[in-house]
Amino acid sequence: MADTAISHGHDSGHGAHVTSTGLSNNKMAMWMFLGSECLLFGGLISTYMLYKGRVNSGPQPDQIFDIPFTSVSSFVLLMSSLTMVLAVSAAQRKDDRNTNLWLTITALLGAMFVGGQVYEFTAFYREGLGFTTSLFGSSFYTLTGFHGVHVSVGIIMLMALVGMISRNRIPGNKAEAVEMVGLYWHFVDVVWIVIFTLVYLIPA
Amino acid sequence: MSTATEHNTSTEHADGHADEHHGASDKQYIVIALILAALTAIEVSTYYIDFGPLFMPTLFVLMTVKFIVVASYFMHLKFDNKLFSYLFYTGLILAVLVYAGALSTFKFFLQKG
Repeated sequence: MADTAISHGHDSGHGAHVTSTGLSNNKMAMWMFLGSECLLFGGLISTYMLYKGRVNSGPQPDQIFDIPFTSVSSFVLLMSSLTMVLAVSAAQRKDDRNTNLWLTITALLGAMFVGGQVYEFTAFYREGLGFTTSLFGSSFYTLTGFHGVHVSVGIIMLMALVGMISRNRIPGNKAEAVEMVGLYWHFVDVVWIVIFTLVYLIPA
Repeated sequence: MSTATEHNTSTEHADGHADEHHGASDKQYIVIALILAALTAIEVSTYYIDFGPLFMPTLFVLMTVKFIVVASYFMHLKFDNKLFSYLFYTGLILAVLVYAGALSTFKFFLQKG
């Protein structure tokens, strides 16, 4: 009977763990982490929503937002989700060459997004919106800055993954490692979907 | 004998060997990305075209649809074990409820209404 109490995990075919749920512990941990990240970004978005109208000095949101530019950035990040899922698909086919190709393209698209954000922050600062100019400025930079840091961490993870796959340094299930990074990357994308609508498209 | 603790996904084999393919095909992913791009274009169009009283509902519906499509297809929640969906959506719903409650204490929704 004892043998029925557990079943093999998702990655057990590659010498990995046997888990009590039959699911990969890594994947379970990643989803729990992403669930907790919802609370982090929920707090930041709520704070922004509360303070976006609090502008005692400095520019108003609708005076500085460049919607066409941010729309292009959003499109770039959205397309990076496509390239990421193609990387996961290639990894599941054990196609290392295409996995690395799609991961690299994803990292480049992510870098374009972060570059756009740096440009946007610089433009806003020159237009008079500093971090301490107003509550709107503080909450805006905190929210979008936290998101930008998440994207930057994702780029580092992607490039590290490319390096590890190239050198065959990934122990266990390679496809699952790509999928874990992919989950993080897609989460960053879905958070931006919310931020783009609530912060940029809905006026203060 | 099967037990309640067995939660293998549809793509896992009996010996626990990981799947060869997991999720939609590459062509399907490209079609989904094109749909997401089209939805984004509609979102951006609300900035240029007056949607009147439909402005906010349109944006919220598009945002929600895009979120669910990415989570379901690109993050594979649609194809994976339901436990992953529960973990993620529990966090998400908890966040929405907690912060909607917090914003209510500031009379945020009354001020906007």
